[in-house]
Amino acid sequence: MAEYRLRTPISEEDVRKLKVGDIVYLDGIIITGRDQVHRRALELAAKGEKDKVPVNLEGMALYHCGPIVKKIDDEWKIFGFGPTTSARMESVEADFIREFKVRLIIGKGGMFEKTTQGMKEYGAAYLAYPGGTSAVATSAVKRVVDVHWLDLGTPEAMWVVEVENFGPTMVAIDSHGNNLYTDVLSKAKKVAEEIKAKF
Amino acid sequence: MPDLKESIKSGIVTMMREAAFNVPRDVREALQRAYEIEDNPVAKANLKAILRNIEVSGKTKLPMCQDTGTPTFFIELGEDFPLKSELRSLIEEAVRTATSEIPLRPNAVDPWTYKNSGDNTGRYVPIIHLELVPGSEMKVIYLAKGGGSENTSKLYMLSPVLGLKGIKRAVIDAMLDAGPKPCPPIVVGVGVGGSADMALKLAKKATFRRLDEPNPDPKLAEIEQELLEKINSLGLGPMGLGGKTYALGVKIEWAHKHPASLPVGINTQCWAFRRSEAVFDSSGNMKLLVPP
Ligand code: SF4
Repeated sequence: MAEYRLRTPISEEDVRKLKVGDIVYLDGIIITGRDQVHRRALELAAKGEKDKVPVNLEGMALYHCGPIVKKIDDEWKIFGFGPTTSARMESVEADFIREFKVRLIIGKGGMFEKTTQGMKEYGAAYLAYPGGTSAVATSAVKRVVDVHWLDLGTPEAMWVVEVENFGPTMVAIDSHGNNLYTDVLSKAKKVAEEIKAKF
Repeated sequence: MPDLKESIKSGIVTMMREAAFNVPRDVREALQRAYEIEDNPVAKANLKAILRNIEVSGKTKLPMCQDTGTPTFFIELGEDFPLKSELRSLIEEAVRTATSEIPLRPNAVDPWTYKNSGDNTGRYVPIIHLELVPGSEMKVIYLAKGGGSENTSKLYMLSPVLGLKGIKRAVIDAMLDAGPKPCPPIVVGVGVGGSADMALKLAKKATFRRLDEPNPDPKLAEIEQELLEKINSLGLGPMGLGGKTYALGVKIEWAHKHPASLPVGINTQCWAFRRSEAVFDSSGNMKLLVPP
């Protein structure tokens, strides 16, 4: 297990170094994207209009997060910056990684086979942010750099956020086909069979 | 004398505020213990982040979690308490005030149109469970219930022949299915008997018993302890990423049941177990019991 402090954007070489169980802290820009950002960006990609996606996502960290925000004196402030459940993005995430070359996906609760394969193929990793620890995440925010697609509503919009020492995040899916969630769960299932037989 | 209604309203707002930036002491202590006994580095990092988050939230008054929950109240209303049928509208007002003042995320959505009411109130929301008791006081338990951990609730209508074995297996199955979803470490409430709805209500109610307070029935206390050990031996750990502590406690409540049924309700509370308890006297004076 290693501990890293990485600055975005991240190269494929750097992401390939990460192994499940490593701990990562991030500096630089992270971009939020949940259900609607995925949908809209992939629709644009399908029409060959990737250039209409307002941010260059290559090498970036995409955060499954719908922040709590408030506009104070014409400036956006973030009051809640915890992760949302990543499983909802499972069906589209591998395509998103392929199309936009994001290197890190941050969220909670993990992702499954299709994403794990996509990460292996295109070179990306999944970082688990401890679920619910919104106050810590919020205090790592330096500033809101920009926001796009506000018409989707503030939780669903694409927030461009500068962070400092954002973490701890744990590498739960690496770019070598390992998935810590499914490993832990399949072990637990075996133990459960023994326990249940003895009740 | 301050107006009774105003006192109750502001008391409820205070309860909601207390719960927004803190978890009860027993939960904090259990998380701390989990951190101390842990040797898996990923689990330790998760627990450390949780403990730090509780501290930061308390100090900065940033919400503990971005999901500030569904406002839920369990109320024991003394029959001589001077206020009864107006209670719901008073609590609704308090919830509106708390939502804009604290502030809380509006979480009440119309299930047909998906329109958010914007103030955490709506049809049957806040959720209020009311019980009439002797006396002139009102005891209130407030729970800010997270969606992620409510989604891993389970109802098993078991065949009564399965008995205790069946109940224990159901609890283990529910944990496997929950995995990382309810933001573990969690508190597990198990409601046995009654009816389908009663079992689930008892399961939620069970989680309010303090973690360091064993079941008053020694037989059930033993089952709670056994289930806790077995759940944690699954190795799911904090956030389902492996480790020693998936559950901080297992709490059982029960009711008599129909001979042909064995309902088992399971409720899970995430580590961000935001709840407060208070007693109001008949003049509306509030005494906060939980937290600190
Ligand atoms: S389950 Fe609890 S800690 Fe996790 S996101 Fe929901 S409210 Fe927050």
